[in-house]
Amino acid sequence: MQSLDAVLNHPAIWRGNDCARVAIPSIPTGFPELDAALPGGGWPAAVLTEIYAERPGIGELQLLMPAAARLTRAGHWIMLIAPPHIPYAPAFVAHGLRLPRLVLVRTSNAEESFWACEQALRYQGCGAVLAWIDRAPERALKRLQLAAEAGSAAALLFRSARVIPASPAALRLHIGRLQNRTVVRVLKRRGSDLAAPIVLDLTSSPATPTDARRTNHDVCLLETAP
Amino acid sequence: MLWLALRLPLLPLEIFTRGAAMSGPLAAVTSSATNAEIVVCNQEARRHGIAAGMSVAAAQALASSLRIFARDVTAERAALERVAAWSLQFTPTISIATSTEVLLEVAGSLSLFGGLNRLWTDVEQKAIAMGYTTFIAGAPTPLAAQLFARAGLSPRIRHYDALRLSLEQLPASVLELSVTSRNVLQDIGIRTLGECLKLPRDGLARRTGKELLDQLDRALGHIPDPRPAFTPPENFKAALPLPAPVARAEVLLFASRRLITELCGLLAATGKGVQRLEFSLSHEDGDDTRFALDLMAASRDPAHLTNVLRERLARLALPSPAIVMTLQSGMLLPLASSSLSFLPDDREQAASFVQLVERLRARLGHNSVQGFDTLADHRPECAWSTGEPGWESVTPMKWPPSARPLWLLDPPRPLLEIVEIPQYEGPLTLMTRPECIESGWWDGNDVRREYFVACNPAQSLLWIYRESRKNGGWYLHGFFS
Repeated sequence: MQSLDAVLNHPAIWRGNDCARVAIPSIPTGFPELDAALPGGGWPAAVLTEIYAERPGIGELQLLMPAAARLTRAGHWIMLIAPPHIPYAPAFVAHGLRLPRLVLVRTSNAEESFWACEQALRYQGCGAVLAWIDRAPERALKRLQLAAEAGSAAALLFRSARVIPASPAALRLHIGRLQNRTVVRVLKRRGSDLAAPIVLDLTSSPATPTDARRTNHDVCLLETAP
Repeated sequence: MLWLALRLPLLPLEIFTRGAAMSGPLAAVTSSATNAEIVVCNQEARRHGIAAGMSVAAAQALASSLRIFARDVTAERAALERVAAWSLQFTPTISIATSTEVLLEVAGSLSLFGGLNRLWTDVEQKAIAMGYTTFIAGAPTPLAAQLFARAGLSPRIRHYDALRLSLEQLPASVLELSVTSRNVLQDIGIRTLGECLKLPRDGLARRTGKELLDQLDRALGHIPDPRPAFTPPENFKAALPLPAPVARAEVLLFASRRLITELCGLLAATGKGVQRLEFSLSHEDGDDTRFALDLMAASRDPAHLTNVLRERLARLALPSPAIVMTLQSGMLLPLASSSLSFLPDDREQAASFVQLVERLRARLGHNSVQGFDTLADHRPECAWSTGEPGWESVTPMKWPPSARPLWLLDPPRPLLEIVEIPQYEGPLTLMTRPECIESGWWDGNDVRREYFVACNPAQSLLWIYRESRKNGGWYLHGFFS
C-alpha cells in the first residue's frame, strides 16, 4: 500500500477524479467555491469560455463583477460586445469597476460581433472580452478560440441556454437559479468532469438589493397597491 | 557634403499608372493631338522598339496594344513636389532640381539612418511604395549626382578624388546644353566629359560659351552651386488618377496606399500627425463619393492608417466606377516621435488601444464604439451617458442611494397586470419597499415613479416601477443579472 501511494504521488501520474491543476493564467472569480471548480482557479485567460444563462436576472453578470473590478483597477480594458441591454453605469460603479476602462461595442449582426471580438482578443491590453452572441456556428467559435489564444484576455461568450450545442470552447458553464441562489454547473472544462453544481449566494455581494435576502415570509406583498 | 539625386525618369507616365498594377506597353505623349510625340514609355514599350520622340502613329504601328496617356505638366509638378515633401523625412535639405529630379543632401543624416547603404535602401524601397521608378546617384556635388542619375548610373561617391575619375566616363549628352553647343561638341568629336576636360578652357569657352565650363566646374565642385531649399506645404492634398475605372471599393486600397506613403513621409519629416483624412472619389458621371477617416489620436503610421482604411473601404458602396482618388489631410497636428525601447511601455499600449478602437470604428461606425460613465441625476435613464473610450468624468458622483440593476431596459417594458399584480413570466413578488423617484420637471422629461425590486416565480430579480402619474401601470426597467 505504501508503495502504491508513493507511485500515485508521482507528479507524472494524473488521477481522473482530480481537477486538472495546470498553470493556466487565470483571473480569480472572487467566489472561492467557483475558483475551486475552475482548472486554473479563476476565469481562464487566453481561452474561450461560454456561459449559458437560463434566463436574464439570475446573476449571470454578477458572477463576473469581482474579476472585472480587479481587472479594471489593474488598468486592463474590458470590452462589452453587443450587450442585449444597456450596461448600467451606476451599478457597475457600485460593483467597484473603474468605468473609464470599459468599452461598449454595438454591432448590427453576429458576423460583426465575431469580427469585433477577434480584434479585441488579439489586442494585448484587454483583460476580458465579454460578448453576447446567441447564434454561433462552430467555425466562428473555433476562430474565437484561436484569437483568444493569440492574446491574453479572458474571452467570455454569453449565450442563451435554450439549446446547448457542441462547441470548441475550453470552459462551458450553465447558470441557473434555485431557492434564491445562483447555481453554476460546469458543462465542460479541461480536466475531469464535475458532478456537483456550485451554489453561490450572490446576494451577499454589494449592489444587490439588500432586502432580497429576506426569506419569503417577510416579503412585503402588494400592500402598497392603490 | 553628400548629395543624392533622385531621378524619376518615368514620372510623366507614372502619375497615371501608379494607381494600379499595370502591365503591357504604356507611354506618355505630349498632347492628345494626332501629331503628338512620345515623351516617355515603359520597358515593355521599349522592347517593342518604341522610343521617346517617336510619333504616336509610328509607335502604335509597332505595338498595337500600346496605351497612351496625354501628358499633364501641372500634375507632374504637383507629384514632384509631393516627392520632395516626402523626402524631407530623410534630410531637411531638399531641392527640386529639374522637372524629374529631386536633390537630397544627406551627409548629416547618415548616422541617424545607420549609414549610407541603409539610408539608400530605405529611400529606394519607400519610393517603390509610392509607385515610382527611381534612379538614385550619390556624389559630393549636386550637379554631379544629377549627371550620374541622368546617365542611369547609381554610384555612391563620397570624395572629390573619386569624383573626377567617375565623371570623366560620362557621355557629354548628360549635360544640359543649347543645340549649338551640342553641335560644336559633336563636330569636334567630343563624346565624354573626360574629353571635354582635356580641352583648353579658353578655346572651349570661346566656342561654346560659358555654360559648358560652368557646368563642368560646378559638377567638380570648383565653383559653388547653391540650390534653392524646398519648403513643405502646410497640408496635404493629392489626386491619384486610376488607370482603369474601379468598381469595387477594396481595389482602391492599392491606390490609397500610394497616397498614404507620400503623406506619412511628409508627416515624419515635419514631426506631425493627422487625425482626419478626407477621401474623395470622382466618377465618370454623378457626384463624387466622399468619406472621411476620423482617428482618436493623431497618427503617422502608414500600416495603421492602411488598416483603418481597409475596414472603412470594406463598407463603402460605390454608385459607379471611380476614376480619380483624392486624399486631403485634415489639419496637421504636432506629434512627438516615440523613442525606441526594449520593453513595451504604457504609452505604446495606449497607442495600440487607440488603434484597436479606430479599427473597430472604421468598420462598425463611429458611434458604435464608446465608453460610458455615470451622471448625477436621479432619473435612472439619465444617470449614465456615453463618451469617448477611456474618458473619465471630472467629478465622480456619489453612488448608490440604493440598489441598481446591471442591465437597464430602454425603453422600459410595460408589464401585464392581473388583479393588480404585475406579471413577468408569472406573478411578481415585490421584495423591497418603494423607492420614489420624482425629478426632471425642469427639462420636460419629468418622472414620478415608485421603484421595487421584484422576483418572479422563476426567481429572476427584476427592477420594476409603478408609474405614479395619470395612467399608472407597471413597467420593467432592468435586470439584476
